[in-house]
Parts: sequence; C-alpha cells; structure tokens
Amino acid sequence: MEFAEHIKTANVEDVVLRQPLQPPSRGTLCITGHHLLFSDREESDSRQVLLLLRNIDAIEKSVENLTGYSGFFSNASHSERMSGSSGTITMKCKDLRVLQLDIPGMEQCLNIAHSIETLSCLDCVSAMYPFFYRPVDLSLPEQWGLSSPEMHYSQMKELYEKWRLSTVNRDYSVCPSYPPAVIVPKSIDDDTLKKAAKFRQGGRFPVLCYYHKKNGMVIMRSSQPLLGANRKRCKEDELLLQAVIEGSDKGYIIDTRSMQQAQQARMTGGGFESKSFYDRWKRFHRQMERGKALQESLIKLVEACGDESNNMDRWLSKLENSKWLSHVQNALSTAGLLVECVERDGHSVLVHGSEGTDCSLLISTLAQLIMDPCCRTMEGFLGLLEREWIQARHPFQQRCAHSAYSHARLQQESPVFLLLLDCVWQLWRQFPLALGFSEALLLRLATEVYASDYGTFLCNSDQERCALEVKERTHCLFRALLRPTERDYYSNPLYERTELAIWPSVHPQSLQLWKGYFLRWTQQVRHLEEAQEEIRNMVIEWGKLARS
Amino acid sequence: MEHIRTPKVENVRLLDRSSGQRKASVGTLYLSATHAIFVENNPETRKETWVLHSMVSSVERPPTTSSGGQLILRCKDFQIFQIFIPQERDCVCACVRARVCVCYSELYCLSFNPNVNKEEREESWNFIDLAADYKRMGVPNNLWVATAANSEYRVCDTYPSELFVPKSATPAIIVGSSRFRSRGRFPALSVFFALQAAVCRCSQPLSGFSGRCQEDEMMLQALMKSNPGSDYIYVVDTRPKLNAMANRAAGKGYENEDHYTNIKLQFIGIENIHVMRSSQQKIVDVGEMRSPSVTDFLWGLENSGWLKHIKAILDAGVFVARAVADEGVSVLVHCSDGWDRTAQACSVASILLDPYYRTIRGLMVLIQRDWVSFGHKFSHRYAHLDRDPKEVSPVIDQFLECVWQLSEQFPCAFEFNERFLIAIHAHVYSCQYGTFLGNSQKERRDMRLHERTHSVWPQLWKDRGKYTNPLYKAEQSQSQGVLRPNTSPYCFKMWKGLYNHAEKSTPPRQSPADFLSAVREESQQLEEELTNHQEPITWEKIEVPRRRTSCLPQRHSGPDPPTLYREPIASLAQDSSHTLSSAPANQKTHTKEPALSLPLGPHGQLKSHDPDDLSTCSDLESGVADLSSRSSSGGDVGKDPDLE
Repeated sequence: MEFAEHIKTANVEDVVLRQPLQPPSRGTLCITGHHLLFSDREESDSRQVLLLLRNIDAIEKSVENLTGYSGFFSNASHSERMSGSSGTITMKCKDLRVLQLDIPGMEQCLNIAHSIETLSCLDCVSAMYPFFYRPVDLSLPEQWGLSSPEMHYSQMKELYEKWRLSTVNRDYSVCPSYPPAVIVPKSIDDDTLKKAAKFRQGGRFPVLCYYHKKNGMVIMRSSQPLLGANRKRCKEDELLLQAVIEGSDKGYIIDTRSMQQAQQARMTGGGFESKSFYDRWKRFHRQMERGKALQESLIKLVEACGDESNNMDRWLSKLENSKWLSHVQNALSTAGLLVECVERDGHSVLVHGSEGTDCSLLISTLAQLIMDPCCRTMEGFLGLLEREWIQARHPFQQRCAHSAYSHARLQQESPVFLLLLDCVWQLWRQFPLALGFSEALLLRLATEVYASDYGTFLCNSDQERCALEVKERTHCLFRALLRPTERDYYSNPLYERTELAIWPSVHPQSLQLWKGYFLRWTQQVRHLEEAQEEIRNMVIEWGKLARS
Repeated sequence: MEHIRTPKVENVRLLDRSSGQRKASVGTLYLSATHAIFVENNPETRKETWVLHSMVSSVERPPTTSSGGQLILRCKDFQIFQIFIPQERDCVCACVRARVCVCYSELYCLSFNPNVNKEEREESWNFIDLAADYKRMGVPNNLWVATAANSEYRVCDTYPSELFVPKSATPAIIVGSSRFRSRGRFPALSVFFALQAAVCRCSQPLSGFSGRCQEDEMMLQALMKSNPGSDYIYVVDTRPKLNAMANRAAGKGYENEDHYTNIKLQFIGIENIHVMRSSQQKIVDVGEMRSPSVTDFLWGLENSGWLKHIKAILDAGVFVARAVADEGVSVLVHCSDGWDRTAQACSVASILLDPYYRTIRGLMVLIQRDWVSFGHKFSHRYAHLDRDPKEVSPVIDQFLECVWQLSEQFPCAFEFNERFLIAIHAHVYSCQYGTFLGNSQKERRDMRLHERTHSVWPQLWKDRGKYTNPLYKAEQSQSQGVLRPNTSPYCFKMWKGLYNHAEKSTPPRQSPADFLSAVREESQQLEEELTNHQEPITWEKIEVPRRRTSCLPQRHSGPDPPTLYREPIASLAQDSSHTLSSAPANQKTHTKEPALSLPLGPHGQLKSHDPDDLSTCSDLESGVADLSSRSSSGGDVGKDPDLE
C-alpha cells in the first residue's frame, strides 16, 4: 500500500496515553494507513483506543533529548536511560478531544508525528478509510442511502397534479451539483429548465425542496440569479418561478444575504430577483454569516471553552466575541421566518443566497423540521439530511476538511453543518418530546461529518460520488444508524409525535451553549448524560409495567 | 380588617408584561385589604390575577396620556404588571396607587388566616425540629455539646438560644469570645460532618490593628481540638481581603495568624450587600430586555456581574466542603457580621456535604437553621417592615440560585425542582407566613409570631408533589456522598425561571420533568396493581391503557405561539393564554387562599385556568387555529424591505 511510505515507525512500546476523563495508561502504540491504535498493557482489563487519523485536526510535538543530562538523572526510569530521549505528541481531534502521547525515543516520536501529520490530511478521496471499511457483520448494501429523488417523488402523490420529476440533469450537464432527477413545476419543460439554469450560478435553477401538505405551499431552492451589472433578465427563469405560484397571489423570496451584499454581488455577475421582472415575488434579505467568518467563529468558541482562567467576565466576553450563538439565533430566526411565510401566511417561498449550497440548505432543513412532523422522526430526519445535504449537495469535502484546532490556512472550511446540528439541538432542548431522536444522534453526526468509517459525507457532490463509485464501494452511515440496535440507542425515549409546528424561541436566554458538543470531554457533561440515561430507564420501566 | 367595601375599577386593561403578553386584557380591578385582583371580562376565561400588596416593590405612574392613566407595578418576584385606567377615571390612578401602598402598613401574615385551629397552628411551628437534625448529625457527643450560655439571648441577641460548641469551651470562654466578636456572634456549630470535621460560624473579630483576646484564641483552639483528626483549622473570611483590611481601621477585621496558633486564614472575596443589590438590579434589567441580540444579552450579563458573584459564593461553599470532606479539617466561616455571606457559604457547603440537605425536607431544615435561626435579617434584607433601602439585598436569592445552578449541573441529585426554590423565594418576600419575618429568633419571640402567624414549612410539605424532581433517586451515585461541582464559568447560566418571566413559560415548553412525574406515578400504581392482584381481573386490563392515555396530554404542554421572526432580530410574542409558567401559578395558588368576599365568578371556573392544570392544554388544535387567524390579521407590517 502507498501508505507504507509515510510510516517509518509502525510500532512503539511503552507509550503513555493521556485522554480526557480517564487515568493515563501505558501500552503499545501502532500506526496504520488510517488508524492510530493504542492497546493497554494491563492484562486484566485491556483497553484499546482506535482513532481515525482523519479525526486528528492538529498535532503539537515536543521532544527532549536527555542524553547529555543522563548523569544528573541517575534515577530516571530504565527506558529513558536506554533511549536517552523522549517526546510528547499532543493530538487535537476534530471531535474536540485532546489526546496526549508520551513516546520514548526522540526519533520514534518524530516518525510517529510525521506519519500522523501526513496521513491525517491526505487529499485523495479514494484512499480514504470508507473505501476500506468492511465490517464483518455488514455486506455492502444493495441500495446506498435511504431514498432517491425518484423514490421521494413517487411517494408524494400530492405532487403528481402540479409537479413532475425532470431528468434534464441525468448526465449532470445542466447542473453539476444537482442530482440526476429533480422536481419542478409540471408546466415547465426541460428546455426552459436548461435556459433557466444558465441564468443561475452553478446552474442551480429553482427546484422543489419541500411540499407543505397542509396548504399545498412549497419551499423552492436555488442559487442567485446572474443579473450582473447590466441587469440581465431571463424569461425562462421568470416563467419557472411564475409557475410555482400559479393560483396564488404571491410568493416570497428569502435571500440569505443582506441587501447590500446582494447588490454588491451584481458587480461580480450575480444579483437578486428584481421587483420589475418578478413582480409577484416579495423579497426578504436576512444576512447570514457563512464561509470563513463562520469557521473563525467556531475557532473562537472552542478556544473560549478551553480557557482555564476561571474568570467569569473573561468567559462571557469570549463567548460573546465568538458570535457563535448569534449565528445560531440568526439561523433559527431566518428558518422561523421561512416557516411563518409557508405555514402561517400560506405562500410559497424561494430560498437562495449566492451559491445555494450552505445557508439555503441550513434554513430549508430547519424549516422542515419546525413544520413537518414527518421530518422529526429518526428516519425522517436522516432522510431530510440526505435530501437536503447529500443529494442537493453541500460540499462536505471542502467544508469539513478541518475543524477548530487546525493551524492550516483556511480555505473552504466552514462549519455550516455543525451549525445546523447545533440549531437542531436547540430545537430538541426547547421541545424535548417532539423529536424522535436524541442528542446522541446529533453528536454522532457531528463526529462522523469530520471523520468517518462511512462514505456518506465523502465528496462534494453527487457527480463526484458517482465518479468515485462511492455508492458501490462504501457503506452508508444513515442506513447503519437505522439498524435496530443503533436505532434504539439514538432514539428519544420521550418522543411523542405532534402535528403542530414547533416554533423555536430565539430569545438569547432560550439559546444555550451546546455543552454536549463543545464541552463534551468534561466531567460536567457526564452528569447530564446520566440524567438522560435515567430518563430512558424510567420510560422503559414504565413501558414494561404498562405492558404486563 | 377593612374589606367591608372593596373598591373596584371597571374597564381596566391589564398587561402582564413580565410574561411577555403583548395585548392587554380588559377587566375589572378589585382592591382588597391585601390584594389587587384583576378579573378578565372575557366570560369564557374570566382569568384572575392576584397581586399581593406586599409583593409590590414599586408603583410607577407614567404621565397620563390621551388614552388614560397607567400604573406600573413591579413585584419582588420580578413580575411586572401594567394597568391602564380609562381617561375619565384619571383620578382613580392615584387612589389605586395609594391603596396598594397604604395597605402595606400591616403585614399580610398577621391577617392571613387559613382554616386551621390553634393546635394545628402550634403543630405547624414544630414541623422543623433543629435539635433532631443535630442529633442526625451525631451532636451532641463527647466533643460537641449544647450550651446554655445564650439562653434568654443574654450573650448574643441575634443568635438562637440553643447552640452547640466544643465541649472544652466553658461559658467564660464563650462570653469572652463573644465580647471580641462583632455583635457578640461567637463561633458556634453549623454542620458536623462524618462525625469528624465541623463547619462553624461567627462574625469578624474586633481585632483592629493589634487587639487580641485570650478567650477567643482559646475558643478557636477548642474548635481545633474538637476535631482529633487534624491539628489546624481553616478560618474562612468570605470577604475580599481589601474589605477585611479596611475593617481593621474601624477596630474590626480578621484574625491575626500570629496570635492564633494553628489556623490557616483564607479570603474568598464575596462582595458586600450593596454590590449585590445593584448587581441584581442589573440582571433584572437584562431579563426585561424586550428583544435583545445575543451580543446585547451576553454583554448585559457580563456587565451585571451577577454570575460572577454567584460563582464566588459557590466557590466559597466548595472550599469549605473540600476542607471538611477531603482534608478532614474543621472550618470557621465568618464575614463582617456573620449573617449574610457566612450564611451563604455555610449553607452551600452543607448542600454539598450532606445528601440530606438535597431533599425537600432537608432544604427546609437547612434554611431554618443557617438562615432563620442564626439570625439572617429577613425583615431588613427583604424590606418587610422598615424599608431602609440600604439594608435591602438579595442574599437568600443568591443562595437559592446557587442551589439551582447545582441542580442544573447534577440533574438527579436533588429531590426538589426549580419550582420549590422559586416558591421559597416568593414566600421570603411575600410575608404570607411568619417564618421569614423578623431579624432574629429573639425578635420573632418578642413579636409573638408563633401565636399570630403560621409556619410556611408544613404548607410547602403538603404541596411536595408538585415540587418533586422525578429524576431524583436517593440511591443513585449523583445523589450520594459529597457533591463536587465544577465551577468553571461555563457551568453558570442565567436563572431564567426567576429573572425572566417572559421566557419562563418557554423552554422547555414541553417539560420532560412533568411527563416523567406522571410516568413515575403511574409506574407505582401499576406496580401496586401487579402485586395486589396476582390474578388480573379483566376490567383492570381495560383500565390500564385508559389511564395511560389520560396522562398523555400532559406530554405536550403545547407549543407556544411563534416568535415574530420578521423583526430584524426576532423578539418574542406570546399570548397570555399560552403562558404555561409554573411559578406564577404557585404564587397564585398561595395568594388565592384568603377567603375574601369578592364578587368573583363561580369558583369552579378558576380551576381550568390554573396554568398547572394541564387539561387546559389538551385542546391543542384550537390554539393553533387561533394563531393563524392572528397572524393573517396583523401580518403585513414591515414585511417587505425591498429597497430597490
């Protein structure tokens, strides 16, 4: 294997591993192409730690050469005297865990550090672990994923009258980032779609993303229109949007940029739907942070959580300064606006920002969770994530290359998906009975999105996934999560379906730091987990009694 | 009592601002001797709002506008009511205001008369037995004894008459020591841990720059000797060191380590009552912000300094508990007079050390001992009788909040829930019962409160069902032993339940706790049935599922009406009919008790509007229909920021 060239030292004995919440342990360290394996020397209860190298965000190494001082350190341990030097590697993981390895021997330490550094950020997707992950109890699936646009359409009988499934993108030629099949108004033919696609950035023409059964209104999703400085227009795009609100007096457009940003976008060829050409559409602008700013916010927040000064003022000002909770508030309130338009105002909505692959997905996903009880079950939620984030394409490979600890220069990284999970957590906390899944599922997803055994979050688009045969050669996380044992573990014991919309409060006091994630490796979170465990036990006990 | 003629004002509009209500409801305002009562005109609901006069901390009267006059009542439990009085009745404003203020001249607890006879009243005062609690701790024993030195409050008039001191502390030492301590508050036992180390409390020594007192030094020596396990004691001065040093100029101060052998002095740095008073005002203001951004909110939180103070108090408790539990060393705690910060530090330490104080009854005992009996100045701090604003300070608020912060960190460790803490808070301020009246045991005796008022504890105990935390399990690891909380700043958050009524009803809007209580109750019933009837009878089988469904409506307390997301930063819009807050409900049920002859609707109607009565929430659909109609009417305001 080509990984071998990066591994100079594969095994080291007598390594001390320090990890949060556990006493340090001494044992053997082993490094492979994808993993770091540590096994305890204690024979009574041998512990193993298996860490995906991909999970490591940053490492720090320090070596000490003790050879010159060996005379002074006559009582140094045997092994130290033998090698005369030692080193420490601190590994900061993408799941926010910090591990430390004390390795005897400077050279070994440097070799290990080098291997970790190189192997943890290999760019080649097809060499990543999901392509090698072959658990014994699981054969590669017949069907990858939970559903497909075709299946989704065929199950939605309500759509048949006014909507059709278009395969205009079957070879990804119209829009490289869309799946081969998309749902569009019935009255719009494929030629019109092709022309409309040319008028939208990246070819992401407006497609249906959600149909609200209660009133037949829909959420559409697209990228920005390419007006440019001289205000081009596109009849086909106008027709397409017109067809969406056929039979209704108006529709709303939620632009996830501020008015100013949208206007500036015209200078670079983008823009927004102007009132004169889309006269029945009303536009809202909601500035949502994305890209680099969001990544920096995450970095600041994680830094604040690691601050050990024990000073209240400092903590509060760092928390405020990170702006993370502002982003959560903003996302939830924009999603709330979207739901308000659809559910209460009874009108269809088009959502877009510039590319339509980040914030647009974020708020359309949240809106569906708020409105649609079907999306709040575990299957429903995973299906929703698959539709919105996998099929409609969030560029996971780019966005999740690094997390908060990395020293690498920021490129396309942005924790949009993590922000989504945080917002869902806020919903779960505000409505502990309304969601069919528990915090544990959100934590699992937050981990898997950065480093995974599964192929679900690989690649940037459906097209790339096809090219690399991801669907044939890897396992699907969502399917794995729905296996009976896993499902039990991730389900919410208190879940009780409600047909009502769950309107989140976005008052700052109602929003809390997601301790389960950001302070995941502290003792405090253990107590909260115990409480959750207690709740589960009580409900199970109650169920048993009620049945008998 | 003079409620022969109950003044009433018709066509008044009331806005419960603190619960986030946006539209005022129209109704009639009645003013009894003790309460302002607002009854909605709406014949379907006839919702009642009772405001106890003594709970009103201030009445503001903004200038009269064209639509009439208005009054703003701010309550001590942080509720705010805005009353609009129509124009033609302008002068009525003044009357209402006068009434609310004047009626305050008599304490409510003196007129409050629940239907109990004399024996029951006397019984109520014996409900909490401090001697029994000391016995539970293993006191008296061969090291600690009860002293009669303070009988008839001869040595210290702010201390209780029953006190425990080291066996070797003779009356002469006690009297000598008390002369050297501010207000005569000599070192006495607060809590005895694991039959070894003790937490004792006192006030600052009158040492000045060089003063010393042989008896006081002997007293501290006796404290050390009464713990054979260690050869020193900690003296914890809960004040910032600077404050303690400043006190030396006034002939007070702190123990000089050169004069006292075997003590280790430790300063904690809890600020004084004046700092706390203004800090609380700031955090109340933060809670009142209408639609703050996250930045505004966090800035306000930081600026108030409130959480910093809470952390300092918890840190003090943690220090004491660690010394006692981990090092086995006794601790003597004091501040200036030893009745505010000392009470806080000792009682927080007790909560951490002894699981008993984490039960409903245990917390009552603890408050009775460290606060009521040891002479915390309830009347001054909570402005019961004479309202000297300089004496007022939220000292017990802070203790209750520390307990709440701990219960957030250890969800399974406390037998009681947030409602219990809020109920105690309300009783401290309302003075419905005599428990929290007066500044010391002596004052209470002189006022003959035991004959003239009732004790709050039996009442709270009777309602314990609604104060129980369903997650509490006495045998669970979290509940056992010493609590070791994390006091990193990120573990603290604003106590929304107390400071923000607007948000109180919101998250968690669906309360897992309420649901679990129902589950627990039903599990017990089912278990009983199973054990009682080996052979299940058919009708029982039918009954089980029926009962199960009957508890299900409780699972959803009904989503709130949505926030108006259209404002730049969304603010909250809630409808009064949807505020399902529990604490105001508690307040209401307490204040509802007096049998006043008011022309109110049939009493049966009251019940269905008690927010705690979950049957009101069962009709969820209608609630939503109501929302959608509201939205379409008030929909288009400021909707289109189309700025081409």
